[in-house]
Amino acid sequence: MISRLTSGERSIALMLASTGALIGVLMGAFGSGDPMGVHGWIVLAFCGALILVIGNNFYDPEPSEDRTLSYYDDPTKAGLIIALSWAVVGMGMGVWVACQLAWPDFRFENAWSSFGRIRPVHTTGIIFGFGGNALIATSFHIMQRTSRARIPDQVAPWFVLLGYNLFCLIAVSGYLMGVTQSKEYAEPEWYADIWLVVVWVSYFTLYVRTLARRNEPHIYVANWYYLAFILVMAVLHVVNNLALPASFSGAKSYSVFGGVQDAMTQWWYGHNAVAFFLTSGFLGMLYYFLPKRAERPIYSYRLSILSFWGITFFYIWVGSHHLHYTALPHWVQTLGMTFSIMLLVPSWASAGNALMTLNGAWNKVRDDAALRFMMIAAVFYGLSTFEGSFLAIRPVNGLSHYTDWTVGHVHAGAMGWVAFITFGSIYTLAPILWKRAGMYSAKAVEWHFWFALAGTVIYVFAMWNSGITQGLMWRTYNESGTLKYPFIDTVVAMRPYYIARAFGGLLFLSGACIGFWNVVMTIRRAPLKEPERDYPMNSEEPQVAAVAGK
Amino acid sequence: MKEVRDPLTGHMTTGHEWNGITELNTRVPRAIWLFILVTHVWALIIWILLPAWPVGTTYTKGVLGLDQRQQVNKEIAAAERAFAERDRQIRERSVPEIMTDVSLMNYVMDTASAIFGDNCAVCHGTAASGGPGYPSLIDTDWLWGGDTDQIMETLRVGINSQHPDTRHAQMPAFGRLGVLSGRDVRLLVPYVKSLSGSDIPAEVRAAGEDLFSRNCSSCHGADGMGRLQAGAPNLTDDVWLYGGGDNDIFYTIWDGRQGWMPAWQARLSDEDRKMLVIYLQELADGERP
Ligand code: HEC
Ligand code: HEC
Ligand code: HEM
Repeated sequence: MISRLTSGERSIALMLASTGALIGVLMGAFGSGDPMGVHGWIVLAFCGALILVIGNNFYDPEPSEDRTLSYYDDPTKAGLIIALSWAVVGMGMGVWVACQLAWPDFRFENAWSSFGRIRPVHTTGIIFGFGGNALIATSFHIMQRTSRARIPDQVAPWFVLLGYNLFCLIAVSGYLMGVTQSKEYAEPEWYADIWLVVVWVSYFTLYVRTLARRNEPHIYVANWYYLAFILVMAVLHVVNNLALPASFSGAKSYSVFGGVQDAMTQWWYGHNAVAFFLTSGFLGMLYYFLPKRAERPIYSYRLSILSFWGITFFYIWVGSHHLHYTALPHWVQTLGMTFSIMLLVPSWASAGNALMTLNGAWNKVRDDAALRFMMIAAVFYGLSTFEGSFLAIRPVNGLSHYTDWTVGHVHAGAMGWVAFITFGSIYTLAPILWKRAGMYSAKAVEWHFWFALAGTVIYVFAMWNSGITQGLMWRTYNESGTLKYPFIDTVVAMRPYYIARAFGGLLFLSGACIGFWNVVMTIRRAPLKEPERDYPMNSEEPQVAAVAGK
Repeated sequence: MKEVRDPLTGHMTTGHEWNGITELNTRVPRAIWLFILVTHVWALIIWILLPAWPVGTTYTKGVLGLDQRQQVNKEIAAAERAFAERDRQIRERSVPEIMTDVSLMNYVMDTASAIFGDNCAVCHGTAASGGPGYPSLIDTDWLWGGDTDQIMETLRVGINSQHPDTRHAQMPAFGRLGVLSGRDVRLLVPYVKSLSGSDIPAEVRAAGEDLFSRNCSSCHGADGMGRLQAGAPNLTDDVWLYGGGDNDIFYTIWDGRQGWMPAWQARLSDEDRKMLVIYLQELADGERP
């Protein structure tokens, strides 16, 4: 891969990696005795490995390929593999967390393996590790294809991908050492946050630079969604993480917000992370791979516009539905509730647009598990947004809040929607990237599909039952007018559901492992086939030479 | 690319194409507009009824005049009114009196079981039957006494707690602090066991008895029957707080034991604690054959 970089690009890459290594050393030295010191050494090791790789090929001959003739897919390929690795790690952690809830002894008496530390490893591993890498990888693919233009340079995409993964590593290793800002989905401390800003700004610029080079008169919907994801996440991330470090040589900071303002900022961030990370980005994925795979036109362009602006506008308002019946003023809660209901229509419009696109392709849905993954994803997207709007109604939330119902809702979204659309896209994308006739084993894709579906259904039903049982038990009064059940009784009542959930999670994880194996085998064994017309506008012929250059 | 008609749906495409993907220009289905209308009208009604929009430094209060803070205060006040009479009776009447009032007793048992579950079960178990390190509260074996007043006092001040009047349960670490040698402690183990009836050789008994009367009897009594004032357990029964095995007893004497129980005065009201005591007595009665 390095030999495909020009010597100028190699120098830039080497400089960036060396700067990173230097920062690592400084962090290690100043932060010694603090988790920040350990992070310094992790940064140094990461950048050191990069320096070695670049240095090893530094004096390779200059690449001879004509860059206008092909797309640049190396970072996409790497991103896809990294995403799958995170999937297995993150889901594995999820199963472990689930087991700890069912059998508390699964902690094995270590500080690092306690529930409070490995739970964020699971959530970060899945959302940012698996989801984020899948989004970055697919966006590199889609921005080039829908613009019919190659990514403008070859260092920036690597910087984004690797820089992002360095952030994920720092985040996850930090949790194990007990480093956290105690903000859900925004746990990493100040220096990791600053680093993510740098990476994110370069991601945004890269995207816009590619679009600026486009050879298509219009910008395809998928790109709107990816851009919304990148842009809004940047704003959310910066605002929610505004904090003062307690010292510049330690991993501890204090939020600039206090009390209920802090809570509101956090959930404004939190819900829009759901909206722009877990929804907007993946809708971009859906808008490209679903019509591609189904070979059908998008059902309605007008519906796309309506739902894009609907989602983008309404989501921003709804964060306060996470704080019903709290110290947050009543009027903010009313706004969160009403906008959540109005949000349902554009959400369903997206899901409907996706499903209607499948009209004329239902026979493919039946036969092709990859397309079926995407179809189910759209269904679960509809389901979880309906459920979300329902849960946002204050009295309903009074029952559901703090219970496993929320967890059930989340996983209908995260497993049924996010993971399903990602796997469907990966099964579509992998053969194109590695120029194969198809996946190595179509049967394995089938197996993955059924494992994933069974796992999701078991998980979600278990949590619905558990959550509603729990919520009802908490508010049951006896004849004397006092509370009937002590908390411990609800814990006992939840146990069977926790065991079921761990089992469902295990099924889902098994499916993901099959998927990973299948992708690896596709790369190694599946028969070669040149994808049709997969090159930028100004080239006439597919460039076989460019592939060989890898 | 030109706009063409999709043969399947009969709708026109928009005329754009991206790497093989096209879009139809289908108009937005009526149902969508209808749902938009319905949800927006609903939101509008809610905004009129409830506190909703910020205006400068205040906000629209809503025509229903509802506010969650006032609502919750009202509900709390109503609950307090509803319970005031029963609380007064519990405060003013004696335990035997309460226990003979059927309806009041129903209230006590209903209420106290949740209080017990939420505050005490973590340590004493959901059935109050205790476990290693945590005494059973439903047997007749009491460290600090099983009278109503004594239990009330235990709950009020706790054991080894931060309450100024706390009860102190201090089983000294005879071995670790060097008061007794390892050999002495090993001698005492069988002697302690013999107090609850197991057979031991006469010379061990003699040596143990001597060690015991010099070191232990001040708290556990010369006969090992224990002393309520010191919270020192009765060693002549077969109820063990920390286990009756050789090793358990060895470590009890070597390392000492200081069980810890929080004081509840600041956390539970007088009435709640009184209900708990009655509840425990009822449980214990239920246990007795
Ligand atoms: C943190 C654990 C813990 C909690 C919670 C707790 N206890 Fe205890 N309790 C203990 C321990 C330990 C002892 C024994 C102390 C000792 O060794 O003397 C004890 C002793 C007692 C005793 C004295 C027993 C005797 O034999 O004299 C009573 C009565 C009692 N607890 C009642 C309660 C009640 C009622 C509650 C709930 C309001 C409660 N405890 C909550 C740990 C706890
Ligand atoms: C200062 C008073 C004191 C002295 C002296 C004392 N003990 Fe104790 N002992 C206690 C107390 C109090 C407890 C209960 C500790 C608790 O509940 O946490 C106890 C507990 C025990 C237990 C545990 C009983 C069980 O149910 O598990 C044994 C055994 C015991 N003592 C033996 C001895 C022996 C043997 C000696 C003499 C070497 C001795 N004690 C001297 C106060 C004393
Ligand atoms: C119309 C769209 C949606 C609305 C209105 C909505 C609403 C809600 C509500 C009301 C809660 C519960 C808050 C609480 O009681 O704590 C919640 C939690 C959550 N939802 Fe959604 N939801 C929507 C879609 C989604 C989707 C598609 C996903 C996943 C991809 C998702 C992921 C989550 C997550 C992760 C949480 C948990 C937050 C926490 O940790 O407490 N939501 N959502």
